Amino acid sequence: MSLFRSIVFASVLVGLIVGVAVSAAQFLGTSQLILKAEVYEKAVETSGQHAAASSKDHSALAVHAHEAEAWEPADGFERRAYTVVTNVLTAIGYALVLTGIIAIRGKPVTWREGLLWGLAGFACVVLAPIFGLPPELPGTPSAPLPNRQIWWIGTAFATAASIGLAVFVRKPWAVVAAVVLVAIPHLIGAPAAPDGAHALAPEALEREFIEHAVLTSLVFWLLLGSLSGTLLSRFET
Amino acid sequence: MSASQAISTAKAGIDTSIVNLLQSALAVCFGLMIIGLVGFSHIDVLHNAAHDSRHANAFPCH
Repeated sequence: MSLFRSIVFASVLVGLIVGVAVSAAQFLGTSQLILKAEVYEKAVETSGQHAAASSKDHSALAVHAHEAEAWEPADGFERRAYTVVTNVLTAIGYALVLTGIIAIRGKPVTWREGLLWGLAGFACVVLAPIFGLPPELPGTPSAPLPNRQIWWIGTAFATAASIGLAVFVRKPWAVVAAVVLVAIPHLIGAPAAPDGAHALAPEALEREFIEHAVLTSLVFWLLLGSLSGTLLSRFET
Repeated sequence: MSASQAISTAKAGIDTSIVNLLQSALAVCFGLMIIGLVGFSHIDVLHNAAHDSRHANAFPCH
Protein backbone atom coordinates (compact mmCIF):
# COMPACT_ATOMS: atom_id res chain seq x y z
CA MET A 1 0.00 0.00 0.00
CA SER A 2 1.36 3.46 -0.81
CA LEU A 3 2.33 5.58 2.16
CA PHE A 4 -0.32 8.18 1.27
CA ARG A 5 -3.09 5.57 1.39
CA SER A 6 -1.78 4.21 4.69
CA ILE A 7 -1.81 7.70 6.21
CA VAL A 8 -5.34 8.39 4.91
CA PHE A 9 -6.76 5.04 6.11
CA ALA A 10 -5.12 5.40 9.53
CA SER A 11 -6.32 9.03 9.85
CA VAL A 12 -9.92 8.30 8.87
CA LEU A 13 -10.10 5.45 11.38
CA VAL A 14 -8.49 7.59 14.10
CA GLY A 15 -10.82 10.48 13.25
CA LEU A 16 -13.93 8.31 13.53
CA ILE A 17 -12.93 6.91 16.93
CA VAL A 18 -11.69 10.21 18.41
CA GLY A 19 -14.51 12.31 16.91
CA VAL A 20 -17.25 10.08 18.31
CA ALA A 21 -15.57 9.69 21.73
CA VAL A 22 -14.97 13.43 22.09
CA SER A 23 -18.53 14.24 20.97
CA ALA A 24 -19.86 12.06 23.79
CA ALA A 25 -17.66 13.98 26.26
CA GLN A 26 -18.77 17.33 24.78
CA PHE A 27 -22.47 16.45 25.06
CA LEU A 28 -21.97 15.95 28.79
CA GLY A 29 -19.96 19.16 29.20
CA THR A 30 -19.31 21.95 26.71
CA SER A 31 -22.51 21.54 24.63
CA GLN A 32 -24.72 22.00 27.68
CA LEU A 33 -22.76 25.08 28.75
CA ILE A 34 -23.10 26.55 25.23
CA LEU A 35 -26.88 26.07 25.43
CA LYS A 36 -26.94 27.83 28.82
CA ALA A 37 -24.89 30.73 27.41
CA GLU A 38 -27.24 31.04 24.45
CA VAL A 39 -30.12 31.69 26.83
CA TYR A 40 -28.33 34.90 27.91
CA GLU A 41 -27.42 35.73 24.33
CA LYS A 42 -31.01 35.32 23.10
CA ALA A 43 -32.38 37.31 26.03
CA VAL A 44 -30.24 40.28 24.98
CA GLU A 45 -31.21 39.88 21.33
CA THR A 46 -34.91 39.95 22.10
CA SER A 47 -34.66 42.84 24.57
CA GLY A 48 -33.57 45.13 21.76
CA GLN A 49 -30.31 46.22 23.37
CA HIS A 50 -28.59 44.16 20.79
CA ALA A 51 -30.06 46.11 17.85
CA ALA A 52 -28.79 49.35 19.35
CA ALA A 53 -25.31 47.92 19.88
CA SER A 54 -25.03 46.48 16.40
CA SER A 55 -25.99 49.72 14.69
CA LYS A 56 -23.10 51.54 16.35
CA ASP A 57 -20.20 49.20 15.70
CA HIS A 58 -19.16 45.98 14.07
CA SER A 59 -18.94 44.06 17.32
CA ALA A 60 -18.81 40.30 17.50
CA LEU A 61 -22.46 40.30 18.46
CA ALA A 62 -23.43 42.09 15.26
CA VAL A 63 -21.60 39.45 13.22
CA HIS A 64 -23.37 36.71 15.13
CA ALA A 65 -26.78 38.25 14.51
CA HIS A 66 -26.05 38.32 10.81
CA GLU A 67 -25.00 34.67 10.85
CA ALA A 68 -28.19 33.66 12.62
CA GLU A 69 -30.12 34.51 9.46
CA ALA A 70 -28.47 31.66 7.56
CA TRP A 71 -29.44 28.00 7.90
CA GLU A 72 -28.55 26.40 11.20
CA PRO A 73 -29.25 22.93 12.55
CA ALA A 74 -32.34 22.64 14.74
CA ASP A 75 -31.65 22.19 18.47
CA GLY A 76 -31.62 18.60 19.65
CA PHE A 77 -30.75 15.63 17.47
CA GLU A 78 -29.86 17.58 14.33
CA ARG A 79 -27.51 19.95 16.12
CA ARG A 80 -25.80 17.06 17.92
CA ALA A 81 -25.47 15.10 14.68
CA TYR A 82 -23.66 18.04 13.03
CA THR A 83 -21.42 18.37 16.08
CA VAL A 84 -20.45 14.69 15.75
CA VAL A 85 -19.79 15.06 12.01
CA THR A 86 -17.67 18.19 12.44
CA ASN A 87 -15.77 16.68 15.39
CA VAL A 88 -14.99 13.60 13.26
CA LEU A 89 -13.84 15.85 10.39
CA THR A 90 -11.70 17.96 12.76
CA ALA A 91 -10.14 14.77 14.17
CA ILE A 92 -9.49 13.39 10.66
CA GLY A 93 -7.86 16.70 9.70
CA TYR A 94 -5.60 16.79 12.75
CA ALA A 95 -4.83 13.04 12.37
CA LEU A 96 -3.74 13.62 8.74
CA VAL A 97 -1.38 16.38 9.88
CA LEU A 98 0.01 14.40 12.83
CA THR A 99 0.38 11.09 10.96
CA GLY A 100 1.84 12.92 7.95
CA ILE A 101 4.51 14.53 10.14
CA ILE A 102 5.22 11.16 11.85
CA ALA A 103 5.65 9.64 8.36
CA ILE A 104 7.94 12.49 7.24
CA ARG A 105 10.15 11.76 10.23
CA GLY A 106 10.15 8.13 9.09
CA LYS A 107 10.45 6.30 12.43
CA PRO A 108 7.67 4.01 13.71
CA VAL A 109 5.85 5.37 16.77
CA THR A 110 4.54 3.25 19.67
CA TRP A 111 1.33 4.22 21.47
CA ARG A 112 3.40 5.66 24.33
CA GLU A 113 5.41 7.88 21.98
CA GLY A 114 2.11 8.66 20.28
CA LEU A 115 0.90 10.14 23.57
CA LEU A 116 3.83 12.58 23.42
CA TRP A 117 2.94 13.48 19.80
CA GLY A 118 -0.61 14.06 21.01
CA LEU A 119 0.61 16.28 23.85
CA ALA A 120 2.63 18.29 21.33
CA GLY A 121 -0.52 18.78 19.24
CA PHE A 122 -2.44 19.83 22.35
CA ALA A 123 0.31 22.34 23.18
CA CYS A 124 0.14 23.85 19.66
CA VAL A 125 -3.60 24.31 19.20
CA VAL A 126 -4.99 24.48 22.75
CA LEU A 127 -2.35 25.35 25.34
CA ALA A 128 -0.47 28.06 23.42
CA PRO A 129 -3.53 29.92 22.04
CA ILE A 130 -5.31 29.74 25.42
CA PHE A 131 -3.07 32.51 26.84
CA GLY A 132 -4.39 35.00 24.30
CA LEU A 133 -7.66 33.52 23.09
CA PRO A 134 -9.19 31.12 25.61
CA PRO A 135 -12.13 28.94 24.48
CA GLU A 136 -15.21 31.19 24.44
CA LEU A 137 -18.90 30.81 25.13
CA PRO A 138 -21.33 32.44 22.69
CA GLY A 139 -21.85 36.09 23.68
CA THR A 140 -18.26 36.69 24.81
CA PRO A 141 -16.91 40.02 23.48
CA SER A 142 -13.95 39.67 21.14
CA ALA A 143 -11.88 41.34 18.42
CA PRO A 144 -12.84 40.92 14.72
CA LEU A 145 -12.79 37.24 13.71
CA PRO A 146 -10.13 37.40 10.92
CA ASN A 147 -7.60 39.06 13.29
CA ARG A 148 -8.16 36.39 15.93
CA GLN A 149 -7.92 33.60 13.35
CA ILE A 150 -4.59 34.95 12.03
CA TRP A 151 -3.15 35.18 15.56
CA TRP A 152 -4.41 31.68 16.42
CA ILE A 153 -2.95 30.11 13.26
CA GLY A 154 0.36 31.97 13.71
CA THR A 155 0.58 30.86 17.34
CA ALA A 156 -0.15 27.22 16.46
CA PHE A 157 2.50 27.15 13.70
CA ALA A 158 5.12 29.00 15.79
CA THR A 159 4.58 26.59 18.69
CA ALA A 160 4.78 23.56 16.37
CA ALA A 161 8.03 24.82 14.85
CA SER A 162 9.37 25.54 18.32
CA ILE A 163 8.61 22.00 19.58
CA GLY A 164 10.10 20.52 16.38
CA LEU A 165 13.34 22.48 16.84
CA ALA A 166 13.68 21.71 20.55
CA VAL A 167 12.91 17.98 20.26
CA PHE A 168 14.46 16.97 16.93
CA VAL A 169 17.40 19.34 16.36
CA ARG A 170 18.68 19.53 19.95
CA LYS A 171 21.48 22.01 19.23
CA PRO A 172 22.01 25.14 21.38
CA TRP A 173 20.94 27.46 18.54
CA ALA A 174 17.79 25.37 18.00
CA VAL A 175 16.81 25.67 21.66
CA VAL A 176 17.30 29.46 21.52
CA ALA A 177 15.26 29.65 18.29
CA ALA A 178 12.57 27.46 19.91
CA VAL A 179 12.27 29.79 22.91
CA VAL A 180 12.07 32.85 20.64
CA LEU A 181 9.47 31.21 18.39
CA VAL A 182 7.22 30.12 21.24
CA ALA A 183 7.37 33.61 22.79
CA ILE A 184 6.84 35.79 19.69
CA PRO A 185 3.02 35.39 19.37
CA HIS A 186 2.60 36.25 23.07
CA LEU A 187 4.91 39.25 22.82
CA ILE A 188 2.84 40.50 19.88
CA GLY A 189 -0.30 39.73 21.88
CA ALA A 190 -3.69 38.40 20.81
CA PRO A 191 -6.22 40.86 19.31
CA ALA A 192 -8.10 42.33 22.27
CA ALA A 193 -11.87 42.66 22.71
CA PRO A 194 -13.29 46.19 22.27
CA ASP A 195 -13.07 48.40 25.38
CA GLY A 196 -16.09 48.42 27.65
CA ALA A 197 -17.63 45.26 26.19
CA HIS A 198 -18.72 42.61 28.66
CA ALA A 199 -19.65 38.94 28.38
CA LEU A 200 -23.34 38.06 28.38
CA ALA A 201 -22.95 34.82 30.35
CA PRO A 202 -21.83 34.89 34.02
CA GLU A 203 -18.08 34.60 34.64
CA ALA A 204 -18.49 31.29 36.51
CA LEU A 205 -20.14 29.73 33.45
CA GLU A 206 -17.32 31.01 31.23
CA ARG A 207 -14.69 29.52 33.57
CA GLU A 208 -16.51 26.20 33.72
CA PHE A 209 -16.63 26.17 29.92
CA ILE A 210 -12.88 26.78 29.61
CA GLU A 211 -12.14 23.94 32.07
CA HIS A 212 -14.42 21.52 30.19
CA ALA A 213 -13.09 22.56 26.76
CA VAL A 214 -9.44 22.16 27.83
CA LEU A 215 -10.01 18.77 29.49
CA THR A 216 -12.00 17.43 26.53
CA SER A 217 -9.31 18.68 24.15
CA LEU A 218 -6.62 16.95 26.21
CA VAL A 219 -8.51 13.64 25.90
CA PHE A 220 -8.96 14.37 22.17
CA TRP A 221 -5.22 14.83 21.62
CA LEU A 222 -4.00 11.96 23.83
CA LEU A 223 -6.35 9.57 21.98
CA LEU A 224 -5.45 11.07 18.60
CA GLY A 225 -1.71 10.81 19.24
CA SER A 226 -1.61 7.27 20.60
CA LEU A 227 -3.98 5.93 17.91
CA SER A 228 -2.26 7.76 15.02
CA GLY A 229 1.13 6.32 15.91
CA THR A 230 0.02 2.73 16.32
CA LEU A 231 -2.46 2.61 13.42
CA LEU A 232 0.04 4.03 10.92
CA SER A 233 2.51 1.29 11.90
CA ARG A 234 -0.26 -1.32 11.42
CA PHE A 235 -1.19 -0.07 7.95
CA GLU A 236 2.44 0.23 6.92
CA THR A 237 3.29 -3.45 7.57
CA MET B 1 26.94 -6.38 -6.29
CA SER B 2 28.57 -4.42 -9.11
CA ALA B 3 29.21 -0.71 -8.82
CA SER B 4 26.43 0.16 -11.28
CA GLN B 5 23.94 -2.05 -9.37
CA ALA B 6 24.92 -0.39 -6.10
CA ILE B 7 24.39 3.04 -7.65
CA SER B 8 20.96 2.14 -9.06
CA THR B 9 19.88 0.62 -5.71
CA ALA B 10 20.98 3.77 -3.90
CA LYS B 11 19.14 5.89 -6.48
CA ALA B 12 15.96 3.84 -6.05
CA GLY B 13 16.27 4.36 -2.29
CA ILE B 14 16.50 8.12 -2.72
CA ASP B 15 13.55 8.07 -5.17
CA THR B 16 11.42 6.13 -2.67
CA SER B 17 12.27 8.50 0.15
CA ILE B 18 11.39 11.52 -2.01
CA VAL B 19 8.09 9.89 -3.04
CA ASN B 20 7.32 9.08 0.61
CA LEU B 21 8.18 12.62 1.64
CA LEU B 22 5.87 14.07 -1.02
CA GLN B 23 3.05 11.69 -0.09
CA SER B 24 3.37 12.53 3.61
CA ALA B 25 3.47 16.26 2.84
CA LEU B 26 0.35 15.88 0.68
CA ALA B 27 -1.44 14.19 3.60
CA VAL B 28 -0.45 17.08 5.89
CA CYS B 29 -1.83 19.58 3.33
CA PHE B 30 -5.11 17.67 3.07
CA GLY B 31 -5.40 17.69 6.85
CA LEU B 32 -4.79 21.44 7.02
CA MET B 33 -7.45 22.01 4.33
CA ILE B 34 -10.05 20.02 6.29
CA ILE B 35 -9.24 21.91 9.51
CA GLY B 36 -9.42 25.18 7.56
CA LEU B 37 -12.90 24.36 6.28
CA VAL B 38 -14.34 22.99 9.52
CA GLY B 39 -12.67 25.35 11.97
CA PHE B 40 -12.07 28.59 10.05
CA SER B 41 -14.46 28.94 7.10
CA HIS B 42 -16.49 32.17 7.09
CA ILE B 43 -19.32 30.57 5.11
CA ASP B 44 -22.42 30.92 7.34
CA VAL B 45 -23.76 27.42 6.74
CA LEU B 46 -20.41 25.78 7.56
CA HIS B 47 -20.05 27.99 10.65
CA ASN B 48 -23.49 27.07 11.94
CA ALA B 49 -23.04 23.34 11.32
CA ALA B 50 -19.66 23.34 13.10
CA HIS B 51 -20.68 25.89 15.78
CA ASP B 52 -20.56 23.77 18.96
CA SER B 53 -17.55 21.84 17.70
CA ARG B 54 -15.64 25.10 17.03
CA HIS B 55 -16.37 26.49 20.49
CA ALA B 56 -15.45 23.23 22.25
CA ASN B 57 -12.27 22.70 20.21
CA ALA B 58 -11.08 26.24 21.04
CA PHE B 59 -11.16 27.64 17.49
CA PRO B 60 -11.84 31.39 17.30
CA CYS B 61 -15.59 31.69 16.62
CA HIS B 62 -18.13 34.48 15.81
